[in-house]
Amino acid sequence: MSTDAHAGHDHKASGHGDHSHDGHPESTLSGYLTGFVLSVILTAIPFWLVMTGQLGNNGLTTVVILALGAIQIVVHMVYFLHMTPSSEGGWSLLALIFTIILVVITLSGSLWVMYHLTTNMMPMDPSKLP
Amino acid sequence: MTTATANAPAAGAATDGPVFYVADEHEHGEGGSTYLGFWLYLMSDCLVFAVLFATYGVLGGNYAAGPAPKDLFDLSLVALNTTMLLLSSITYGFAVLEMQKNHTQRMLLWLLVTMVFGGAFLFIELSEFAHMIHEGATPQRSAFLSSFFTLVGTHGLHVTFGIIWMITLMVQVWKFGLNEANKRRLLCLSMFWHFLDVVWIGVFTFVYLMGVLR
Repeated sequence: MSTDAHAGHDHKASGHGDHSHDGHPESTLSGYLTGFVLSVILTAIPFWLVMTGQLGNNGLTTVVILALGAIQIVVHMVYFLHMTPSSEGGWSLLALIFTIILVVITLSGSLWVMYHLTTNMMPMDPSKLP
Repeated sequence: MTTATANAPAAGAATDGPVFYVADEHEHGEGGSTYLGFWLYLMSDCLVFAVLFATYGVLGGNYAAGPAPKDLFDLSLVALNTTMLLLSSITYGFAVLEMQKNHTQRMLLWLLVTMVFGGAFLFIELSEFAHMIHEGATPQRSAFLSSFFTLVGTHGLHVTFGIIWMITLMVQVWKFGLNEANKRRLLCLSMFWHFLDVVWIGVFTFVYLMGVLR
């Protein structure tokens, strides 16, 4: 058990040694250009959809632009921030997953709870009063 | 590289004799954990923005009979702003590529271009704010505007500090060249800058585009 742990640590230490001269996984021109082209497309589509009202339906448009935004965030993470499952021995991915969980709880929890609170409040709009 | 050679004899000596303690510190080169630490900072910053996004999501519909997003937001201006930030992201990428090839002058040039795009972004955003405030849409006007200015303003503040950091680094590289410490700082700023772009994706989708659809 202890020898296993030690061996694991040695392996990690040598990994650190490799890291210290370039620090990051090497950035490449093709990687940056791929990320840039993808993010331009993924930015242009939602702006075009909203500005021209192509889909007609606001609810559908909202879902589509949220999905495209999520895809673009992944593109930026991979091509610009160089997130890989193995970077920093997997610790940065672990921190990212933990953060995403917290972000999802914060956002969905706040919106959900406060939406119900608002619907249970007395209507402020005089026209909606009984 | 230097740390690996320095560690080799120490590690050899440690396995020969009895080991009384584990000298963990020697196995981490200077700055070896900086990237992870900086990543953790970015993740905590992410939580700050998550809270601000949640606040905007909750309060964003409370106009208090004041102006709504539809009346205020000019999407073509936001598209221009987004373009500025995207361009600054790719030019920072070019700066990192030049840094990897140790081309100091070209790296500085790309950093300068990045700074110009970042400055243009800030200028457009501040003129948008000035226009809104001039029209009476101040943060005090409604809960929607309070949360809007807090969220977008916090992002703008981050960009401002990113630009200050960029200027500092340009002076550092100008004076001391592309040494290990400066390369590390440049990569940290790269993470910071690209992270701000990621937050901006959330801002233009959630605040501007969805605001106009609302």
